Amino acid sequence: MGDPILSVENIKKSFNGVPILKGVDLCLNKGEIKILIGPSGAGKSTLLQCMNCLVPPDSGKFRLEERTVDITNKRELYVYRQQVGMIFQDFNLFDHLTALDNLTIALRKVKKMGKKEATARALAELSRVGLEEKTHLYPAQLSGGQKQRVAIARALTMDPKVLLLDEPTSALDPEVMGEVIDVIRNLAKRGMTMIMATHQINLIRTLADEILFMESGAVVEQGQPKVLLVPGTRSQGFCDKLDILTGKIK
Amino acid sequence: MIESFNAVKQSLPYLLQGGWITIVIVTGAMIMGFFMGLCMAVGQVYGPSVLKRVIGVYIWFFQGIPTLVLLFLFYFGLFNYIGFNINALAAVTVVLGMTTAAYQANIFKGAILLLPRGQFKAASTMGMSDFQAITGVILPQILRLSIPAWSNEFSIVLKDSALAFVLGVPEIMARAKFIASRTYQYLPLYIIAGLIYFVLTWAGVMGLAKLAKTVRIPGYANKGI
Ligand SMILES: Nc1ncnc2c1ncn2[C@@H]1O[C@H](COP(=O)(O)OP(=O)(O)OP(=O)(O)O)[C@@H](O)[C@H]1O
Ligand SMILES: [Mg+2]
Repeated sequence: MGDPILSVENIKKSFNGVPILKGVDLCLNKGEIKILIGPSGAGKSTLLQCMNCLVPPDSGKFRLEERTVDITNKRELYVYRQQVGMIFQDFNLFDHLTALDNLTIALRKVKKMGKKEATARALAELSRVGLEEKTHLYPAQLSGGQKQRVAIARALTMDPKVLLLDEPTSALDPEVMGEVIDVIRNLAKRGMTMIMATHQINLIRTLADEILFMESGAVVEQGQPKVLLVPGTRSQGFCDKLDILTGKIK
Repeated sequence: MIESFNAVKQSLPYLLQGGWITIVIVTGAMIMGFFMGLCMAVGQVYGPSVLKRVIGVYIWFFQGIPTLVLLFLFYFGLFNYIGFNINALAAVTVVLGMTTAAYQANIFKGAILLLPRGQFKAASTMGMSDFQAITGVILPQILRLSIPAWSNEFSIVLKDSALAFVLGVPEIMARAKFIASRTYQYLPLYIIAGLIYFVLTWAGVMGLAKLAKTVRIPGYANKGI
């Protein structure tokens, strides 16, 4: 089904001899949204960071739009990373730069844009996430929700074909979670291909085209929500627990 | 009393000229130490393990040996031995520069390790090369973080520069000693020499504190800057 944008095959990773990822295969089709769930320590963050080689995997094959990517070639890796954006749990905005310059720095250094062009592009992305008023503030002057929206806008300036999101709302207060969730929903509406680790039960239920349940470094269940979220599956059991945590079920 | 006053008054311009030589030594050494130290810090954090080890040995060497010994070792020993003919002023500057480079490398390395690793990761995810990430994201932040420790190092190097007198470089200390031995006004002359060092230190430290304030990142104050 669909046309695959990003596929990874047999990703393995050990830390100090302990296998953390035990050969994960994954294929994202255009416009598809996959959601990664699973207990803490399952390897979700490690998998997402292996997918753009922030954590270099011990083995694994990468294909972006039918082209095999040689991740050992630095030049090829840099180009690959431009096309695979990433959003972190703790934002990782560049602390010494204003919101605007957080966006322009890569446009100028990586895309070699001129100052004017880069600024125009950055302003467009910032206003798309509702932050046109905050462009000249530094990260330390922004709320968590605003920081994460800047981070998303920053990732989008590279025109990524895929977005990897690692618990984008976990570090946020409940009051500001909504503004980030709205931005993510908007991205989904615009057809962005995404893979997201999240424990946000609403996102899982409403956004996922497919749910991947990870445990001990492997995907142990995967399927559409309506197939997977039925009594008796591991995923449903996990989501029930999330529901209890968020107070939906007593 | 009058005699002391006259001796000091007459020798003051001569002593102050020595101040300029001190300034040249310290500025040269600090600039040299800055670039070498920065390169070594980056090499120690991001470089291949062979490079890390080589830099480690360098730092260990210059931190482990007294500056006075290093001065003799290089000026009368190594520089002579390899036929590297430089005057005493240049030799002092280079040796102090190489020594402070070791300390500055530790300052910068500490600051790099203090930065959250996510800063580098975020730069990488945008497709920046390691070089772009280091120069565009890491260095601008760690240089700000390093100003207080760097200022401290500056005041140490300034004081170490008095050692230049043993090689006959006519800086403040050498001049004070020279005049004192002729006029026998030891106390007032050494007080003046001390005061000149004090004023130079104070000016440098104040200037750096002002720099730290100018480049401060808004809203970032409670994070150690
Ligand atoms: N750099 C590292 N060095 C050693 N072990 C690591 C490293 N990074 C991750 N691990 C280990 O790998 C395992 C998986 O970690 P990972 O962060 O991928 O889990 P996760 O599924 O994202 O969990 P969480 O839901 O808590 O975020 C954990 O046991 C962790 O201790
Ligand atoms: Mg995680």
